[in-house]
Formats: sequence, C-alpha cells, structure tokens
Amino acid sequence: MARRAVAISKATSAVTAALVLLLVLVPIGAVSLRAGWPEALVVADWAALKFTILQAVLSALFSAALAVPVARALARRQFYGRGALVLLMGAPFILPVIVAVMGLLAVFGQGGFLNEGLSALGLPRVQIYGLHGVVLAHVFFNLPLATRLLLQGWESIPQERFRLAASLGMGPREVMRRLELPMLKERLPAVLLVVFLICLSSFAVALTLGGGPAATTLELAIYQAFHLEFDLGRAALLALVQLALVLGVGLIALQLGRVAGFGAGRGAVRQRWDAGARWLRVQDGLVLGLAVLFIMLPLVMVAVRGAGQVLSLPASAWSAALASVIIALCSTVLCIAAALALASAQGRAAEVIGLLGLAISPLVLGTGLFLLINPYASPQALALPITMLVNALMALPFALRIIAPEYARAEADFGQLADALGLRGLARMRRMIWPQIRASLGFAAGLAAALSMGDLGVIALFADGETATLPLQVYRLMGAYRMEAAAGAALLLVMLSFGLFAVFDWGGRRGADA
Amino acid sequence: MKHLAFATGVFVSAAGIAAAETPELVVYTYDSFVSEWGPGPQIEAAFEEVCGCDLKFVAAGDGAGLLSRLRLEGARTEADIVLGLDTNLTAAAKETGLFAPHSVSAEYSLPVDWADDFFVPYDWGYFAFVHQAEFDAPVSFKALAGSDARILIQDPRSSTPGLGLLMWVKAAYGEEAPAIWEGLADNIVTVTKGWSEAYGLFLEGEADMVLSYTTSLAYHMIAEDDHGKKAALFEEGHYLQVEVAGKLAGSDVPELADSFLEFMVTDAFQSVIPTTNWMYPAVTPEAGLPEGFESLVQPEKALLLSADEAAEIRAEALEEWRAALSQ
Repeated sequence: MARRAVAISKATSAVTAALVLLLVLVPIGAVSLRAGWPEALVVADWAALKFTILQAVLSALFSAALAVPVARALARRQFYGRGALVLLMGAPFILPVIVAVMGLLAVFGQGGFLNEGLSALGLPRVQIYGLHGVVLAHVFFNLPLATRLLLQGWESIPQERFRLAASLGMGPREVMRRLELPMLKERLPAVLLVVFLICLSSFAVALTLGGGPAATTLELAIYQAFHLEFDLGRAALLALVQLALVLGVGLIALQLGRVAGFGAGRGAVRQRWDAGARWLRVQDGLVLGLAVLFIMLPLVMVAVRGAGQVLSLPASAWSAALASVIIALCSTVLCIAAALALASAQGRAAEVIGLLGLAISPLVLGTGLFLLINPYASPQALALPITMLVNALMALPFALRIIAPEYARAEADFGQLADALGLRGLARMRRMIWPQIRASLGFAAGLAAALSMGDLGVIALFADGETATLPLQVYRLMGAYRMEAAAGAALLLVMLSFGLFAVFDWGGRRGADA
Repeated sequence: MKHLAFATGVFVSAAGIAAAETPELVVYTYDSFVSEWGPGPQIEAAFEEVCGCDLKFVAAGDGAGLLSRLRLEGARTEADIVLGLDTNLTAAAKETGLFAPHSVSAEYSLPVDWADDFFVPYDWGYFAFVHQAEFDAPVSFKALAGSDARILIQDPRSSTPGLGLLMWVKAAYGEEAPAIWEGLADNIVTVTKGWSEAYGLFLEGEADMVLSYTTSLAYHMIAEDDHGKKAALFEEGHYLQVEVAGKLAGSDVPELADSFLEFMVTDAFQSVIPTTNWMYPAVTPEAGLPEGFESLVQPEKALLLSADEAAEIRAEALEEWRAALSQ
C-alpha cells in the first residue's frame, strides 16, 4: 500500500472527492437555507425510519445469503452458456422499477403463475403485498448484483490456491473453510452494505408492494414533505437523516471489510478439483436452476407483454430512447472517470464519499440544484446536463465498489513491479492498472449506463414538454391509458438498458479473458 | 420594431427573427395533458390558429408536481398559465401570491355551483371505483368495508386521485371517516404512487376494483370498444375533481394569457377534452358530448369541499388515513 498514490496524482482524486462532496452537500444546504431550520421529526417520520431500516436489513440479509450458493455454483462450474448466464444476472438490477414490479406481479401476483398453480393444486393463494413482498422484490433486484459481486470474489482467489488445496487432498468442506470463507468474510460486508444502501432509498417498490402506509420509507416521507406539503425544511431534515444513516452504516461496514490479501493470480479460468462429486453437481445445478427461474420468469413476462408493441411505438418513444442513450453514455463516462479517480486514492475517505450517491435523496438533490440554478438560468434549459450529472453521481457508489477492490488488488500485486519500472501517471494506468481491472471496469460501466437508462430521477423535475427520457415516456403512456404501448416502450427500455450493459460488460470481460 | 429586426437581420438568423416577433405563451401542465394522445397537441394547433402566438406546453409531473415546480421557481417562473391544478390544490396555489384574478365567465356544466376569482375550470369528473362488469360491486363505502372486495387505491401523499379519495370519505362521513378507513383497511390490496400504477395493476387482474373516474369507462368504450367494465355507484354520492387553470401575475404577455383563458371555455378547447383527457368538459360543447358518454353512470349526489375547506382538513384527514391503515 505504500506507494499507492503515484498511480494517478493525489490531486485528481482529491479534486474528484471534493466535487462529489460539493455536489451532494450544496443542494441539501440550498434546500435547508430556503426553508429555514426544520422542526423535529414527527411520529410518522420515526415509523418511516424504522420501516426503512427493517426492510433494508431483511433485503440485504436475504440477497446476500442466497447469493452465496448461487455465486459458488457459478464459480465452480463450467458449462455451455455460462457466460450468457453471468451476463443475464445483470438484468434485474437494471430494470426500471415499474417494469420489474409488473414482471414480478405476473409471477407472484393475484393472477400470476404462482397463484394459478397453487389454486390448481387446491392450495390457498398467497398474497405478495406487504413487507415480504417488498423484500421479495428487493431480492429479485439485488440477488443478481450480490451474486456478481461475490463471483468477482471467487475469481479473485488465485488458481494456484485451488491447485495447492487439491494436491493437499482438501475436500469441498476444507476448500470452503480455507479459501472461500476468508474471501467471503472480506467481501460479504461490502455486498450487504451495497444492498442495504440500495434498499434504504427504495421508494416505488415499497410503495407499490408494501400494501399501505405502514410500508412508508424515508424516501416516500421526503416525497410527501416536498410534493404534498411543500415543506422544504422537513424534506431537508429527512434527507439529512437518510444521509447520516447511510454514512454511519457505510463507515461501520468499511471498517469490517478489509482490503484483499490474496497473492497474484494469472486471471485464468478457474479449474476446480474439489467439486467433482455427483451430489455437488446436482446441488449446484439445482441452485442455478432455481436462481435462473426466479430471475428469468418476470423478465420473460415483460418481454411477452411488450413484444407485439415495440415496432408500432410512436415516434416520441424513439426520440426519447435516443435522448436516454445519449444521457446514459455521457453519465457513464463521468461516473467511470470519477470512480477511477476515487479508487486510485485507495482510502477510506474516498470510499465513503463515493457512497454519498446512495445516501442522497434524488428528489432533494434535484430540488437543491433547481433552487441553485433558478436565480441565474432556466432550469429547463439545463435538464439534460443535470440529469447526466445526477445519474453519474447515483451510479458512482456501485462503480466504486466494483472498481476499488480490483484497483487495490492490482496495486498490491503489481505496484512494486511498476514502481521498479518507473511507471507513473497515465502510463501506469495504461500498462498496469487497465489490463488488471478491465473486467470490473466493463461491469461498472455497464451498470452505470443501464442505471442511467432506467432512471426516472430528476428529469421529471426539470423536464419541459419536449425533452423526455424513455422511462418518463413509459409513465406518460401509462398515464394516457396506453398500457400496451407502455409495455412495448418498457420492453424497448429493457432491451436498450441491457444492450448497453451487455456491450460494456462483454467488452470488459473479453479483453480480460484474452 | 420591424426596422430594428430588419437592421439586425444581417447578423441573426431568420429563425431568430421569427421567434422574436411571435409572442410566446408558456403553459405549465401535467404530463398526460401534453402527450400525443392528450389534449395538448390539438389545443396547441387550435389556439395558435387564432392567437398569432407560439403556445408552448411545459409538462411538470402531475397536479401537485406543477404546484411544487411553480413554488420552486417563484416569481422567476417562465409560466404565463398554469393548467391542471384541482380544488385540493388551489388554496395553496392562491397563497403563493403568484396568481392573478381572471375575468372569464361561462355557462359551466359542472354539477356544483362554481365561483372562483383566480381559477377557471376546464374539465371535471366523478371519482369512482371501476370494476369488471361481472363483479358484484358494493353500493357504498360501508358496504365495501363489510365485503371482501379487494381494491386498489393511490397514495394521497403522492397522487391527486388518492387525495381525492381522502376528501371523498371526509366529505361523506366527516367525523366518522377514521372508522370508515379502519373498515376499508382489509379491502385494500395495495396503495400505489400514482393513478397509472393502480390502473395498470387492476388491468392485470390484481384486484376487483380500482379508484379512478366514471369517465374511465368512456375510454374503454370509445377507444377500445370494450364494454366489459363498470363504475360502482355509491349511495353517499361521488366526490368531484374539478381541474382548473390560472394566470400568473408576473406573466410578460398578460393579454395573451387572458385570451387563452377565454379560449379555454370555448368549443374549440372544450370539444377536445372528452376523448383526449377522458373527463367531462367544463362547458358542454354545442355538438354535445361524444357518443358513449351518455351511458356513463350518473351519481345522484355530487360531493365537493371548497378549496379552503379542503386545505384546512387535509393534514388531519391524512393523519387519520395513515393511522387507520398503518395498524
């Protein structure tokens, strides 16, 4: 770790950190200033805080716990279509919320597969609405992400370790204890943290599947304060509570998750000697089969509903699609540049700052920016650049969590060699870091692009009649009773999001495998 | 002005001159109004034919979103007209001091008397629970609470129909409202962010009934030729949503804004409303309502709290709602 800062100059990461910090704190400040200091939290706010934490904790625990067997099975099996499966694992996370909820309901809803099956068997129907429904939806979104993050962990265990374990005659249990558990101990806190933080700011899922006001999250309380009561002070106070919560938990989790301590590997495809037993094959097959079913069924339903509509979509949907793709590409560049700069600092502070994107309510951020811009320019004129900036900020935590450990590993493994060769600055980035972190860069860029595609975010606050993004267009179609056209636009959105994700992810991994 | 335009024409593009000469009227409205299936495009064309101006719609979410946007922008707003508030929002809108009184008068076809110095109504509708024709719908809130019918409603904190339902129960039951909500709690499948989600879930078969409008059926009948849906008639009467527009005091084209409000209650505007916004026009056009509207259920009693009453009881009604449904 000694020579870490030579990779990119300290100044770059410090400036990036400062910019991110400013971008988060100044808007909250602007909202509070406008409103004056707010009064204390009311009973309903405390209830919202409690529910927010409860559902986020449950969602994180279930997602991470289920991701372990899935990632383990993926890590130790080679089979036809594995690459495609890994790619598909990214799909739910990048689905626009409303689309995913519709897909989930087609499977778990009142008229969904599950209930049809149950009633055919003469069993009572199950109800998806409630805390369990919220957790189910969050697991659907986050299980694949958690699996991907853990899979990276498995891939970070050098092949030589497995060979050594095999030559020492270790069985699957021993391998788990000696190689996999230490890795999990290091990676799981980060996975739990990420899922927990994502679920903290849950809004539409909790609202639609929660079943009523008992399932009110902080984000919804902020929305209410802003939207219904126009109580900016309360919105800012709630946003600060959310910020404190995320930063507090983030600090604890980062304290728990130590930096990778594995030796240098060759980045080759893993061959495993400990998982050949028939019952292990069956077990892994079953785990993967169930995971695929759980993830794919709702997606298939989205595709089926929208398939007939995509080609007959109105022109406005296509121009919105173009705007969305452009925004997504620009915000991806911003996001990855910021993530690299912060990752090169390899410090706790940088990581915490990277988390801010999750901690800040998009509504408060958007409102703050609006208040800041309004005295000087028309906020509408800046709708697209602002959307790019905010989307980049929102994706930054994910990109950083993906890139930072790999960056640290590359520095730890090859840093001394690079120092000896006198590699610095951009040359060091190109020759040493880039080949090592290419796969994670691709994954991170894919996520950032797809998240930006699917984000309804601040555009709704800034948009005028003419500029619209595709998610906004989906809502507009639904609002005009055009449910079928909305399903078509939703499918287009999914295909574009997934296409962007696939291009980046595949590009990154292909280069890394070579 | 023309000479100046000519002189500067050497330096600026022709498009720039055209823009400088044609006054622009900026109308803030909600999303679905401006969509290509909404009233926006037809109304823009019709008004531009007579006004010699450029009518520009700016979509800003839903009704409450409009008001928030306006409050954020304050006196600097570019809006000349805000179109799409309802009576649950007009008291707060008036309080901003951003609106100017109007001088429009018309023979309104609203089922209630209308008098408001600041806001002109352009359409209205009855809230109602929509269901499939074969479903045996309850006839009142009390019957609904006592039945095992499953309903979808919208969150009053994020949705105008949701807020309308809150006012409906309050207007019909007053002090008894919390008891009604407690009775309804086990009928409610879920509470959605907005109308679109709830209606989408209903069409997917997630519940027996969804809170919408009696005029929703007109859409299904006229646009989809689907006669398989009904709106449940409730004995308590049905709460109204009256949608209004108002002029901004700071408008830089006040005469143009006035003429838009006048235009709003004429046939050219009103005849577009029924089959694009799927609401009743505020002034019935000379040609009458489109075929299909006559078959919509007619509530015997129309309920509507005044803007001031609605503003006054909102916080209390919301807290009752939250408490009853949180148990």
